[in-house]
Amino acid sequence: MQPVLSLRGISKSFPGVKALSDVQLDLYPGEVTALIGENGAGKSTIVKVLTGVYQPDAGTITLDGQDLRFPTPDAASAAGVTAIHQETVLFDELTVAENIWLGHAPRGRFGLIDWTAMREGAKRLLDSIGARLDPDARLKDLGIASKHLVAIARALSVDARVVIMDEPTAALSHKEIHELYELVETLKAQGKAILFISHKFDEIFRIADRFTVFRDGQFVGTGKIAEVSEGKLVQMMVGRSVDQIFPARSHNVGEPVLTVAGYSHPTEFADIGFTLHRGEILGFYGLVGAGRSEVMQALFGITRPSKGACRIGGRVAVIRSTAEAVEAGIVYVPEDRGRQGAVKGLPIFQNVTLPSLGAVSRGGFLKMAEEFKLARDYTQRLDLRAAALDQDVGLLSGGNQQKVVIAKWLATKPRVIILDEPTKGIDIGSKAAVHEFMAELAAEGLSVIMVSSEIPEVLGMSDRVIVMREGRIVAEVSGAAMTPEALVRAAAGIEEAAA
Amino acid sequence: MSAPATPPAATTASTTGRILPNRLQSPLARALRSWEALLLVVFVLVFAINSFASPYFLNAWNLSDATFNFTEKAMIAFAMAMLIIAGEIDLSVASIIALASTAMGLAMTAGAGVPVLVLVGLGTGLLCGVVNGVLVARMGLPSIVVTIGTMSLFRGISYIILGDQAFTGYPKGFGYFGQGYVWWVFSFELVLFAVLAVAFYLLLHKSTFGRAVYAIGNNATAAQFSGIRVARVRFLLFLLTGLMSGVAAVCLTSRLGSTRPSIATGMELEVVTMVVLGGISILGGSGTIPGVVLAALIMGLVTFGFGLLNVPGIVMSIFLGLLLISVIAVPRLLRRK
Amino acid sequence: MSILKSREAQLALAIAILTAGIALRFPAFVTPANLAGVFNDTSPLMILAIGQMIVILTKCIDLSVAANLALCGMVAALMNGAGVPLALIVPAVVALGAALGAVNGLLVWKVGIPSIVVTLGTMTIYRGTIFLMTAGKWVNAHQMTAEFKALPRASLLGLPVMSWVAIALILLFALVMTRTALGRAFFAVGGNPHAAVYTGIDVGRTQCAAFVLSGALAGLVGYLWVARYAVAYVDIAGGFELDVVAACVIGGISIAGGVGSVGGAVLGAIFLGVIKNALPVIGISPFWQMAISGIAILLAVAFNASQSRVKGRIILKPAEA
Repeated sequence: MQPVLSLRGISKSFPGVKALSDVQLDLYPGEVTALIGENGAGKSTIVKVLTGVYQPDAGTITLDGQDLRFPTPDAASAAGVTAIHQETVLFDELTVAENIWLGHAPRGRFGLIDWTAMREGAKRLLDSIGARLDPDARLKDLGIASKHLVAIARALSVDARVVIMDEPTAALSHKEIHELYELVETLKAQGKAILFISHKFDEIFRIADRFTVFRDGQFVGTGKIAEVSEGKLVQMMVGRSVDQIFPARSHNVGEPVLTVAGYSHPTEFADIGFTLHRGEILGFYGLVGAGRSEVMQALFGITRPSKGACRIGGRVAVIRSTAEAVEAGIVYVPEDRGRQGAVKGLPIFQNVTLPSLGAVSRGGFLKMAEEFKLARDYTQRLDLRAAALDQDVGLLSGGNQQKVVIAKWLATKPRVIILDEPTKGIDIGSKAAVHEFMAELAAEGLSVIMVSSEIPEVLGMSDRVIVMREGRIVAEVSGAAMTPEALVRAAAGIEEAAA
Repeated sequence: MSAPATPPAATTASTTGRILPNRLQSPLARALRSWEALLLVVFVLVFAINSFASPYFLNAWNLSDATFNFTEKAMIAFAMAMLIIAGEIDLSVASIIALASTAMGLAMTAGAGVPVLVLVGLGTGLLCGVVNGVLVARMGLPSIVVTIGTMSLFRGISYIILGDQAFTGYPKGFGYFGQGYVWWVFSFELVLFAVLAVAFYLLLHKSTFGRAVYAIGNNATAAQFSGIRVARVRFLLFLLTGLMSGVAAVCLTSRLGSTRPSIATGMELEVVTMVVLGGISILGGSGTIPGVVLAALIMGLVTFGFGLLNVPGIVMSIFLGLLLISVIAVPRLLRRK
Repeated sequence: MSILKSREAQLALAIAILTAGIALRFPAFVTPANLAGVFNDTSPLMILAIGQMIVILTKCIDLSVAANLALCGMVAALMNGAGVPLALIVPAVVALGAALGAVNGLLVWKVGIPSIVVTLGTMTIYRGTIFLMTAGKWVNAHQMTAEFKALPRASLLGLPVMSWVAIALILLFALVMTRTALGRAFFAVGGNPHAAVYTGIDVGRTQCAAFVLSGALAGLVGYLWVARYAVAYVDIAGGFELDVVAACVIGGISIAGGVGSVGGAVLGAIFLGVIKNALPVIGISPFWQMAISGIAILLAVAFNASQSRVKGRIILKPAEA
């Protein structure tokens, strides 16, 4: 079979970084090609080359045997290449119909935009993918899954021949993911060539026909999914074979450290109660949107619960701000690292000392030498890879930024550390390091709460697991009861339905 | 004490026990390539050109007189710099001057003495800062719009009180703040400017509060997630800006000896120009007090130099407009090459 | 219902109540002639607010509109003095205004300077240029031809030409903003610049276009202003840029970009116009006007925020009743 789209010898450099070097990629009509690689492998760069956002320094793009260049995103979309992005790049304030047609809206008399045709066209496209959405609804009023549908309808509206899906299932629930898979089948049947980028192996094996692996900006290999094993793919990704082995832990836990009772919020969660012990890793499992992060952010003082109490070391703690949470000994490593993690623009050492400014100052004035010392102590412990402590955090890789955030919190000598999806989007090599480190912290007597949506991680790391659904705690399992089935059933509410 | 630079990342040697150096380049090397160094060069150039252009320039008393055209603006600019670094802006500062000056006028007609007048001026400034601070920091409204609103409101109150009238006849002792000299050619305003420059330098660059300001300006959400009391810092910054506007109101009213509701009209834009010229990023997160000090001196010298050459003030504002745009445009264009 | 939820309807209602309240005590205020007068008086503000709205939609701000207006107005007056026919003057100042707007736009687009800094600079430069051209001298009524002064006041079907110009521009821009690709691009660029790139919209070029439109409107108003008040000097319309921004804020245009409408901008301007014209009628000193518009801005921004406040995630199912 002839590929619709072929990339050969593509290279792209940025100041100081070679993002892609001599890579190749083929996409076939009616087939799904999975693009696999760790973070920093060059996946998003190749998407930007394909959609005309970046111009490659070298290499050719061949569409149907013709050499093409995409000088602008416009040109790429005119050639029939369209992308559905990680952060669903759409317009919240505009209507569904306009989100589908913006840039190529149907024109009526005098070349004016024909809103009636636009609405009708939107309805037709949405119907064709089985999406029941009002074309006049504002996008901001829709959920993430519906936004995905709009993005897909948009891809169809340009009569795209190549559809790029960049981690489309990252924020979807099980049911929504299922519907997306069906949609991918529909697109395949229509003869579209699909590039599917994902970190999840189960879904790659489920829907992809072919794979291509990148590593460190280089092409590693390609082939048919039917002819490859998961282990082989992992090996290609990381350049070595990695088994997901979790560190051995003693599961000896001490006295209660944090006791939460009756925590409630008007719209986000209700009646949350649990106890966390010294040296314990408590897993919080649930579907995306079950309210786990919201509970954690309330404990950390970002939002305030309407009811409920929280005791730390036996004493009632009133937490109205993050500053009070830190004082009480509760710290939080957020899931949204770009926005809530390290302060990009500030140097490493200033990021580390940010919550500990009181400890490195006298009378409100900073002691530079103490700042550097504190920062060095903790970054070294985390084996931070950087050129110097005064380097801008924004210049570090994602994994190293995460280390700075953790170092910042350890420097406050907390009693409870909450890690929200600590390994999401992190490559397999770094994942193991994070797990190792968590086990170490717990062994030293720190109490850890780990919010995670990955069952192997939750089961492999936790002493105990709390499952949340729709803002409530629905199960608490430990010991032999900690099975994948138990977690999935509780999270999805299957038992109740069956009963 | 600068540690030797290590090549980034490339080292694949043993990673355990690897020690990170404090700095990649020495503070001196960094300073030499800074915005402030560029401003210093501009300052020296302007000074030299002025010395050549006019025989009256290099005279202690003339130079001293010249400082009055930037000291009041600079006092506000210090606080505004911190506000802009934190990602906010206050366009109401000139209107705060008008309201504070009007309040002093009212107090004066009620027979208040000099200390009370000063307290009324500072207090009014502080109060205006509280209004801005509550609206922005507590209610979470965008500062640019809020302060365009309070800009109308504060000056509007002055107009309601004064209409087309003016307060004159401030007590004699009150003239010291805008007309008095501490020693020789050093006026009270100039000395106050110097003291405030040092105080703000310490506050922004050496204190924990200043660090929080930078953190908020670079990423307010991440700062909050790092245990910084973002709303409180923002509130205090508006308070500080209001207070400094009150200080400027005392000086300006004392210097002019009268209060009209149109006092200091348009000064907010000159203050913002001074701050931006001083290298503070209008997008927040970066900039220094020494930069603002240099910008104030440059603006003062240019005004003074043009004045000696009998160039009208408005021409000088064209020059400042061009300076503002070109000092920001030129480095950007050069970097692109 | 859904119509009442729209910002424009709420604002129109507020204006209606305000006008009705004034009319209860001062019926003369609501005579058709007086209302037409208010509309005519507010025309420059409406026209400039439309331009400013477009700029604000794209996440920028144009503080140079009033200076642009003053410069174009002066050029119109000088051209008139040099004997240039009116039919040439009007297109010339519109082009000049657009060119001045393009200077702003290019500095934002090609050099990447934040718009507030650019227009802060050009605002002083443009106004200073008037001084350079005239050495500070005024162009007075007697130095202008009758034809030059008459156009904006000439009556057509009972309304002055100035009002008709405003009406025509309101309709034109309502069409441009809803029915042309460029109009929608303004919304897209401000709503989500990142996404706009992927839909083939050049963010910088769109922002530049917004400045050109704002500048062209300022140029046109420059002529109208100078001709109507029959005087041109350095400081005309001094500080007017803030009234224009205020009209936009009151009209519900989000300073964060991406949200706004021609109707909102126009109603915001009318709201300010009604207050300004009502004060003398109800016997309040015009010195109150500034404070009142300040309060109106603050109320409007607080109201905008309460409307667009991000609602927390709703995870809990509503209690089964």
